[in-house]
Amino acid sequence: MTFEIILQAIVSGLLTGLIYALIAAGLSLIFGLMNIVNFAHGEHLMVSMFSSFWLWSLLGLDPLVSIPITVLLMALCGVLTHYLLIRYILKAKMLIQICATFGLSIFIRALAQFLWTPDFRTVDKPLLEGRIEAAGVFIGQPQLFASVVCLLAFVMLYLFVTKTETGLALQATAQDREAAEILGIPSNRMFAIGWAIGLGCVGVAGGMMTNYFFIFTDVGVNFALFAFVAVALGGFGSIIGCLYAGIIIGLVESLGGLLIDPSFKLLYVFAIYLLVVIYKPQGLFGRY
Amino acid sequence: MLLDIKNIDVLYDDFQVIWDVSLNVQQGEMVALLGPNGSGKSTILNTISNLIGHKKGQIFFNDALISNQPTFTRTRMGISHVLERRRVFPHLSVLQNLLLGAWHEKARASRDESLQDIYRLFPKLEARSHQLAHTMSGGEQQMLAIARGLMGLPKLLMVDEPFLGLSPMVVKDMIGIFKNIVNEGISILFVEQNVRLALSMADRGYVLESGRLVIAGDSVDLVDNEKVLKVFLGN
Ligand SMILES: Nc1ncnc2c1ncn2[C@@H]1O[C@H](COP(=O)(O)OP(=O)(O)OP(=O)(O)O)[C@@H](O)[C@H]1O
Ligand SMILES: [Mg+2]
Repeated sequence: MTFEIILQAIVSGLLTGLIYALIAAGLSLIFGLMNIVNFAHGEHLMVSMFSSFWLWSLLGLDPLVSIPITVLLMALCGVLTHYLLIRYILKAKMLIQICATFGLSIFIRALAQFLWTPDFRTVDKPLLEGRIEAAGVFIGQPQLFASVVCLLAFVMLYLFVTKTETGLALQATAQDREAAEILGIPSNRMFAIGWAIGLGCVGVAGGMMTNYFFIFTDVGVNFALFAFVAVALGGFGSIIGCLYAGIIIGLVESLGGLLIDPSFKLLYVFAIYLLVVIYKPQGLFGRY
Repeated sequence: MLLDIKNIDVLYDDFQVIWDVSLNVQQGEMVALLGPNGSGKSTILNTISNLIGHKKGQIFFNDALISNQPTFTRTRMGISHVLERRRVFPHLSVLQNLLLGAWHEKARASRDESLQDIYRLFPKLEARSHQLAHTMSGGEQQMLAIARGLMGLPKLLMVDEPFLGLSPMVVKDMIGIFKNIVNEGISILFVEQNVRLALSMADRGYVLESGRLVIAGDSVDLVDNEKVLKVFLGN
């Protein structure tokens, strides 16, 4: 095994890790804000990929061009999810909350299969194709671009939450909802904003992935699982934690696949997850 | 009348905890709400903020019916509520906590001046402005909670157990601060367990027992009142 091959695994692990991180950040933001786990997160990712796909196939918009539309659509989807479903279960028992978002995931997936069939689809001839070579390492251009965009989105999310007034209000609502409400911050609106941003993150990731990934109705399942692992690794509700955790997962997945056996990729990730849950259940990293 | 509560009943699910309570606060007045543990003092403040709804009765603020207005509209109307046990945002800095206190438009417009006033009133908060709230001492957090309430430029400041866990020295400071606030024309409605202390500072007092008002009146008439003693010491 040459140095190049290992370097190749590290680079591709890093690149996928950034995408996992952004997807996880959306999940973490929603959880941190209102203590609700979005079990439909993977389906939301799937919807964002289909949005990007249909914009390409029906309107001829390249995924790179349609990304703002996909993000807006997903943000709208987040707002609707909050006002049509989540706000009715905010005070419900945890089991009911789990059933609600889990039920939503089944609903979205079944609806997608009904409307679009379970076929695998791809975007032909996207604007961004091919790969570049550096130091013996090959990097797919769409993958590289997707990861850079995800990282940028991540930085923007972080700055938004920590540096803006609305971000401050989101943090306050996350830390003590009643106290925030008493000060004049309407928590319902904050929750809707949280959902919009959370699913907006998914929209960025999904839109970029359409460039090089198969688009099908079950595509979100594994990504959602990794997002849950990332949130647990990073510390529930911690956004920065998601970045580190996403990268760790990407690296473990690709290096484990290279050094041991690629067919057990998932196993390595979940082994890490179990270790963290057992030895450091609060997660590896701090808040925000 | 600034705040006027008329004959409210409050229930947690089916469990009634407040019966037919009426209470009012005039402008520039300091009013104490007294009663033993579990008598419903916090529940009344929380009802005024509409954290809990009430059955029967009405709540008026500045002669407008506010019973069904959502909680987040209270600061805009001029009601600041310092919740029981401080409830500062633990992972935000002192300054961030204070800024969040001035959320509604009017308060936000004069945020910088308010901040200077607050720092004059609580110099410690200025020195600690970048410290995370949860690393402050209990007494400092209490000051922060009250200061955060004042940042909303209230006409009525409601404080639930302002002196809990404060040393006598700090209590004395806090009483001075309360008097300053009232002198500026802001009304204060506060909950307190220590009857003598509360009546020494308040203009008037209300005494609750098991969710019912048993006696109300000017502080001077309530101190050493037998009925009041009975409520707190039992029969
Ligand atoms: N969320 C709740 N659900 C059900 N019952 C409640 C709830 N909050 C308070 N109660 C009940 O309402 C009654 C009044 O409680 P409240 O907190 O208003 O009393 P308090 O006078 O503030 O007491 P303390 O001096 O101990 O703070 C108590 O019997 C309490 O058990
Ligand atoms: Mg109380």
